[in-house]
Amino acid sequence: MTKSFSIVSPDKLAADRYAGLTTESWRWLGTTALIVLVALLPFALSNYHVFELTMVMIYAIAVLGLNILTGYNGQISLGHGGFFAVGAYTTAILMHHYAVPYWATLPPAALICFVLGVLFGLPALRFEGPYLALVTLAMAVATPQVLKYFDNWTGGQQGLNLVKPSPPAALGIDRDRWLYFITLLVLLLAIRVAANLLHGRTGRALVAIRDHPIAAAAMGIDTARYKTLAFGTSTLFTGVAGALSAIVIGFVAPESFTLFLSISFLVGSAIGGIATIGGAIVGGIFIQFVPNLANDISDAAPSALYGVAMLLFMYAMPHGVVGTLGPLLTRSMLRIQARWPALIGK
Amino acid sequence: MHELLQQIFSGLAAGAVYASVALALVMIYRATDLVNFAQGEMAMFSTYIAWSLVTVGLPFWAAFLITLVASFLGGMAIERIIIRPVENAPVLAAVIVTIGLGLIFNSLAGWFYSYTVQDFPSPFPDRPLFGALMTTQELGVVGVTLVMLTLLFLFFRFTKTGLAMRAAAQNPESARLCGIPVGRMLAIGWGLAAAIGATAGIMVAPVLFLDPYMMSGVLLYAFAGALLGGISSPVGALVGGVIVGVTENLVGTYLIPTQLKLTVALALIILVLVFRPNGLFGTAIVRRV
Amino acid sequence: MAPILELHRLKAFYGQSEVVHGMDVAVEEGGMTVLLGANGAGKTTTLRAICGMVRSEGEIRFAGEQLERRTTEQIAGLGVAHVPEGRGTFMALTVEENLRLGGYTRAGRPDADIQRMYGYFPILAARQHQQAGSLSGGEQQMLAIARALMMGPRLLVLDEPSFGLAPRIVEEIFNIVDRIRREEHVSVLLVEQNASLALELADHAYLLETGYVVTSGSAKALADDPQIRRSYLGY
Repeated sequence: MTKSFSIVSPDKLAADRYAGLTTESWRWLGTTALIVLVALLPFALSNYHVFELTMVMIYAIAVLGLNILTGYNGQISLGHGGFFAVGAYTTAILMHHYAVPYWATLPPAALICFVLGVLFGLPALRFEGPYLALVTLAMAVATPQVLKYFDNWTGGQQGLNLVKPSPPAALGIDRDRWLYFITLLVLLLAIRVAANLLHGRTGRALVAIRDHPIAAAAMGIDTARYKTLAFGTSTLFTGVAGALSAIVIGFVAPESFTLFLSISFLVGSAIGGIATIGGAIVGGIFIQFVPNLANDISDAAPSALYGVAMLLFMYAMPHGVVGTLGPLLTRSMLRIQARWPALIGK
Repeated sequence: MHELLQQIFSGLAAGAVYASVALALVMIYRATDLVNFAQGEMAMFSTYIAWSLVTVGLPFWAAFLITLVASFLGGMAIERIIIRPVENAPVLAAVIVTIGLGLIFNSLAGWFYSYTVQDFPSPFPDRPLFGALMTTQELGVVGVTLVMLTLLFLFFRFTKTGLAMRAAAQNPESARLCGIPVGRMLAIGWGLAAAIGATAGIMVAPVLFLDPYMMSGVLLYAFAGALLGGISSPVGALVGGVIVGVTENLVGTYLIPTQLKLTVALALIILVLVFRPNGLFGTAIVRRV
Repeated sequence: MAPILELHRLKAFYGQSEVVHGMDVAVEEGGMTVLLGANGAGKTTTLRAICGMVRSEGEIRFAGEQLERRTTEQIAGLGVAHVPEGRGTFMALTVEENLRLGGYTRAGRPDADIQRMYGYFPILAARQHQQAGSLSGGEQQMLAIARALMMGPRLLVLDEPSFGLAPRIVEEIFNIVDRIRREEHVSVLLVEQNASLALELADHAYLLETGYVVTSGSAKALADDPQIRRSYLGY
């Protein structure tokens, strides 16, 4: 008489344990393969393409910041271009006026943007929907004007030129690839932080606040604190992206940080999928490549093509690429799992 | 003192334009819970249509009327074809669609009509009135706006379709149960909003001069004005638009160099909103738990 | 008397879930039929299916027309007036404007019809120009019914008209509805939780439970059957 209390026979248990990789393992495998691919990619591409991919990653970090706010917290921001600019100019001013090494400018940029975001988030608590959109819009619109105004710091209309960083000689790679890897590192870090934040208690609180704010408050969730922190974290991410952009491009000027940039971030966020982390990367790709593609196709009306692209994406995938394809992928995996349990175990 | 009054009247004329566009925004928002970010570009495109008609020799008011009708039909078509697919999608998707639509109009205008700044004829002679307190142009703009608003008011208050549209905006399900074709009402709403925008564009073009970016500033101020008044209130849109117009003008003249004018104006509006988060005439969004 | 409304093997869905599982219901022309049952029995969903407001399968025949693939507006235009749960009044509009909206599908001026409605519900005449939202619950219910009648319907569909109202008002409303049925030659399909009053006035009754019809018959038979009364209707 066996002493097992399980209702499943021991043989079956053993079989399950070795029946193929779990979905967890597959996901881990897929992610690692992706990272390896991304790490090897710059050595197969030209300098310019490497630069483009670096910009994709920078935009992805920025959009990830926006996703934290819009997707998980339900607050719409039309002003993240402004925070991007703050990060960029923090780096630029520190490097240009105080000869701070490029890597050392990232923490101050992050901190300043975080504080700014929290300060912004506090009055933003009072606003909802289109009213919040206006407040953030004001930020986006004010930024280039303010930047031009304080021209002894910011270089005014002309902007500031920055010395592009040199890669450590020991590594033997050139500048473009060095910047690529730094950005990749920051992106992976950002994704890790965002995932931890959003898949844990904080994330659940944010979603609760987004979907049922009154119920959330009734359950004792400090709505104000979470919303403000969400704002600050969101702007921190976007600010760091801005700082990186200044380092990678080597130049800042007010004209780079107009309302159009804020709108681009929002568009990228929506197209990727607002409440997703993977969507930020899709968004980054969209922002970097689609306008350029449109320019290549049409000399006369490239923005029209960009607009049409936006429309088509929203018609086909209103929840964004990752928002729509994600559940599809999960369903496919479940179907494969049902059909061939040897391939994907539980 | 004289100059102050002059600036106030100037602001009123600008405010009339902002109020019109704000009204268009509020109309669409009430019907579909959506801010139409393409409103300005649609108005700009309509203005170009009017401009081409005038350029080929049509008298101003004929061109004006034809443009209004064309804009109305265009607005209806846009709702049916462009907006309908995302009406039941998440709001953000619809927002992106309107942003994309704005880009398309802007780009097409630049393509068809080039980016060169054009003169736009005004039906009103630019003569000073009332001892140089205001110009005929300014009075004309305010006058046309008032006529348009009166017609709209009469339409919504006293016609069957106007009533049906108000019902469809407030409670689409009940409206359907009364046999009201809600989809068609939405399309008419967009058509009217487009016609209102066209009027605003044509009124402001002689002053701002016509180019594809003419309405971007106007849209911004109109949006701020609509929110200041309360995004769900048509009266609020009008009051808000006028306040924004006058404030912008006074701030630009007396307080701040043009560089920071927009920033300061927006800051002031936001300050008001901090105390009245739903706008001056807006009602708080009632949420069911 | 031929039935004016027939539901044949009707299935209705609330989102993805099927909540009505193949229902057969008939409403006699000129008569009053009531659907009874507890909460969640599928009564409201059935009514919504008739008016094309939820996904459904099966047959819905109304005065010789098939209703299945039609939109809510079309069904209203065919002569089905639905007073929904919660009344569905246009709160921000006046009483008179609400009534006018009821007459949207009719040609000609609604003024004569509106006066007739004031005849049935004098209290509404007194409140003509008031905002509908400021009316009491009972008055709003009267307004909703009057608005439905403005359509000149052949079938009046009422979803829980007694909800949230004091018994005296409920009786008043039900009496008026019965009077309307006779004078306007309108058939009535009624959903009610207040079984006793409904069974007094109705001709036929169906008892629903979790999406199925468990019993049907003349209202009198259901009212008199003590077992049914005790088990399902609680008295």
